[in-house]
Amino acid sequence: MRKRNVIIWGSIIIALVLQIVPLPIQADVYRPDWVLVVLAYWSMALPNRVNVGVAFITGVAMDILVGTTLGIHSLGLSVSIYILAANYQRLRNYSVWQQAIIIGLLSSLYHLMTFWVQHLLTDIYFQFDYLWPVAASMVLWPWVFWLLRKTRRQFSIM
Amino acid sequence: MDTIFTRGPSLNNRLTLALVLSVLLIFVDHKLEGFKSTRVYLNSLMSPIQYLANLPGLILSESAQRLTSKEQLLAENQTMSNQLLLMSEKLQQFDVVVKENEQLRALLQAPMRKGSRKMVAELMAVDKNPYSQQVVINKGAIDGVYLSQPVIDDSGIVGQVMEVGSINSRVLLVADVTHAIPVRSLRNDIRFIATGSGSLNELYVEHVPHSVDIQEGDLLVSSGLGGVFPEGYPVARVTQVVRDESRPFARVIVTPTASLDRLRHLLLLWQEGDDRGESVDDIDSESEIEPEDNVVEESEDA
Repeated sequence: MRKRNVIIWGSIIIALVLQIVPLPIQADVYRPDWVLVVLAYWSMALPNRVNVGVAFITGVAMDILVGTTLGIHSLGLSVSIYILAANYQRLRNYSVWQQAIIIGLLSSLYHLMTFWVQHLLTDIYFQFDYLWPVAASMVLWPWVFWLLRKTRRQFSIM
Repeated sequence: MDTIFTRGPSLNNRLTLALVLSVLLIFVDHKLEGFKSTRVYLNSLMSPIQYLANLPGLILSESAQRLTSKEQLLAENQTMSNQLLLMSEKLQQFDVVVKENEQLRALLQAPMRKGSRKMVAELMAVDKNPYSQQVVINKGAIDGVYLSQPVIDDSGIVGQVMEVGSINSRVLLVADVTHAIPVRSLRNDIRFIATGSGSLNELYVEHVPHSVDIQEGDLLVSSGLGGVFPEGYPVARVTQVVRDESRPFARVIVTPTASLDRLRHLLLLWQEGDDRGESVDDIDSESEIEPEDNVVEESEDA
């Protein structure tokens, strides 16, 4: 019980760190959505443990870390993770590559939602650079999936 | 594992709750600014993660410092001492000019400008949010940092503090779309307002009539009118003036003098606005260095 919480929250915190770790400007555009990908794995593997609530809390933490108005990332993450957690039985049967496409769709939804809310609050304009993380997350998904599944089985977390 | 959601509300209810809470948070934070005071605690809560994220870069620069060769250090030392010589030569004149300025101001019965406290801060992280231009610095409430405190670097105004944590704080850069700074042209003292464009090396000067005398190459310095930034620090240089008569105003694009994309060391300024109108006797023009290594108290005059 305690071990499970440590592993899940540990992986989320590592994802948060990776989300804000400084990168050179050229590489920064391609930073994948670490937090979304890790949350997606857990909500697909343990949908009764990690779902909208955890996504909301992580989203608030992310809002504080990246300095956006509180609630923007929590909104995006909650909705994305809700879609996953509601369809986890179907998604589990897909191959990893098909899941990667689903992750790409979710990630673009997440980015468009955060963009849209911020567009309402301040007058920012859309650039297609904002969607590079979608491709990066799709590439990242199989590796995170493999790593987290190995971790989960190693520590036999249910 | 139990496959049925046995505990707590159903998934749909959870989503509804999360949506309502998020919208409430956005409303309270953005429209009512209800988290202004709590943000300090929230930021302090999250600062361990920020430090963890900053660690790789810190280790890299540390090891790079250790690996610099003796020749490089000697060469650097040489350029530094050359620079110091040039600077101190300038400073000698500066002291005389300050004295002269003081006397002239005293003659005119003009209010004196008092020196202000300064502190060197280091850049901790650059913001990952593509929609806004912010940086995080390693000084916070325990160092006396306050909200909307001006921040400069060696070549001009960088921005203002927008959130204070206990040990770090967040600086909104002048290039952010939500930022505007009152400036005046150094050449002819015309007042403008420079707003951020969202990209780091561009600001726009808005509502400039076609007839106004503004040229490429003009230096814009802060006018001090907003009460946030002190007067007389360089802000931007005019790079492009498009006078298209079919538009109501001229389109003026300026480039910030501070190199916003390669910030490393920043200077926090404390303004002592209340003490401005004091008499000459109180002014102590001597520079003095406080016990802390990075706090320099000095008299500033323009």
